[in-house]
Amino acid sequence: MTTARGAIEAVYRIEAPRLIAGLTRFVRDVGLAEELAQDALVIALERWPRDGVPDNPGAWLMTTAKHRAIDRARRAKLAVRKHEELAADLPDAIEPRDPDDDVGDDLLRLMLVACHPVLSTEARVALTLRLLGGLTTEEIARAFLVPEPTIAQRIVRAKRTLAEAKVPFEVPRGADRFARIASVLEVIYLVFNEGYTATSGDAWLRRELCDDALRLGRILAELAPGEAEVHGLVALMELQASRLPARLGPGGEPILLLEQNRARWDHLLIQRGLISLARAESIAVGRGRYAIEAAIAACHARARTAEATEWPRIAALYASLAMVVPSPVVELNRAVALGMALGPAAGLEVVDQLVESHALDGYHLLPAVRGDLLVKLGRLAEAKLELERAAALTRNARERDLLLARAAACG
Amino acid sequence: MRFMMLMYPGAKAETGHPPDAKIVAAMMKYNEELAKAGVLLALDGLHASAKGARITVRGGKRDVVDGPFTEAKELVGGYWMIQVKSRDEAIAWASRIPLGEDEMVELRQVYELTDFPPDVQQLAEPLARR
Repeated sequence: MTTARGAIEAVYRIEAPRLIAGLTRFVRDVGLAEELAQDALVIALERWPRDGVPDNPGAWLMTTAKHRAIDRARRAKLAVRKHEELAADLPDAIEPRDPDDDVGDDLLRLMLVACHPVLSTEARVALTLRLLGGLTTEEIARAFLVPEPTIAQRIVRAKRTLAEAKVPFEVPRGADRFARIASVLEVIYLVFNEGYTATSGDAWLRRELCDDALRLGRILAELAPGEAEVHGLVALMELQASRLPARLGPGGEPILLLEQNRARWDHLLIQRGLISLARAESIAVGRGRYAIEAAIAACHARARTAEATEWPRIAALYASLAMVVPSPVVELNRAVALGMALGPAAGLEVVDQLVESHALDGYHLLPAVRGDLLVKLGRLAEAKLELERAAALTRNARERDLLLARAAACG
Repeated sequence: MRFMMLMYPGAKAETGHPPDAKIVAAMMKYNEELAKAGVLLALDGLHASAKGARITVRGGKRDVVDGPFTEAKELVGGYWMIQVKSRDEAIAWASRIPLGEDEMVELRQVYELTDFPPDVQQLAEPLARR
């Protein structure tokens, strides 16, 4: 089952992010750094089966890649006959770096560069998965249902953009630091949701994106332990991922949160999520959106049964969330929570304000929620109309069937 | 995929003496490495078997036997739970555990619901709902 090649590639995958980070610092170019890392892998594939895996494979790969860098530079410089100049630089080039700058800082720098605002969101996602998640271009392409050459091109262009923009390999300070970390969080959560909401393609493969995102989040939490929102996002992802085993029925149909079999939730991930949330809350002065969303997820995770859910607390958390990220969708969620906490009339009041504002016109969940509240109030004729309206708006066939069945049940 | 790495420390773990500081330091460094790579889900060390018990069924009767157990070499001393992308990656991590002479690590893949065939998954459903 285990081949020498497979074993070496596994070691490489473990070392690659740190290796590429360290090399980027050395050569100041992400693309070149990755090439050098892969050169080192090729050499390892040649030598390790013969000589055995070195005691410290990470250090071996780094030294080998740095020598490759020097070889390459020497050849390039020879071509322009500046050999002497370079030779003078050489002794310093492989000196140990400043002890204050540890490997972790390089890894954080690499994350910030891969998610740099000069890049499109798509490019940030592809580059992050490739450089930090250790995914191959083919794996990224399959997960995102995009042809492989598209992803390959996206990565090449992203590296070129970074080089042309001369993006510095650094961790900025102050407000800038937070904005840049926020960009990393956005990318990680996007990857997570791509896996979490996977309904098409090879769903199982896409589900692995959740694990990739969680891994990136956990790494970032170690690199930037003082950032509350990093722990907030990790908590949110752990708690959401804990429900993955319960989200689909035997026929692949989605099961709503309140109807899920809670015995199937992953209690190890719930524990981890609650710990991360506590960490976020112990740091944060003003709560960020991820920590608030995690706190909402935690209310569900803590409830032993759907009936035991603390709806008043959830409604209050949605109100806080609306202050941080004002959005009609958040308001709709608050309406649902209010309906559960105080009764359907309270929820309907908020929903009716949303209807009047026209902010969610065309969004199927607005009539779906309104229909649900009207059913609870016994206003069945109106409920039927709303549920039918929702069915006409949704693009998901299974959901449409469900809504039409409920509409029909209204008489 | 999830793997459990089970540590078999051999007879010396049963003496009840804490391991020496150097080994503890190496182990802590390793654990930190796992956490920094984002692969560590959980880990625990186990007390000597003298504090445990074994429950068996003989002739339809339940039997509780207090520790310590005699086959010290076959006793688990601790475990790690890791989340990785492949079996090779799990082996690579397990190979890095600082091991002493006569110590052993056993790598076992953790069952996930999707590892069961669909009919078994369906059977499990009503049981879990009860």
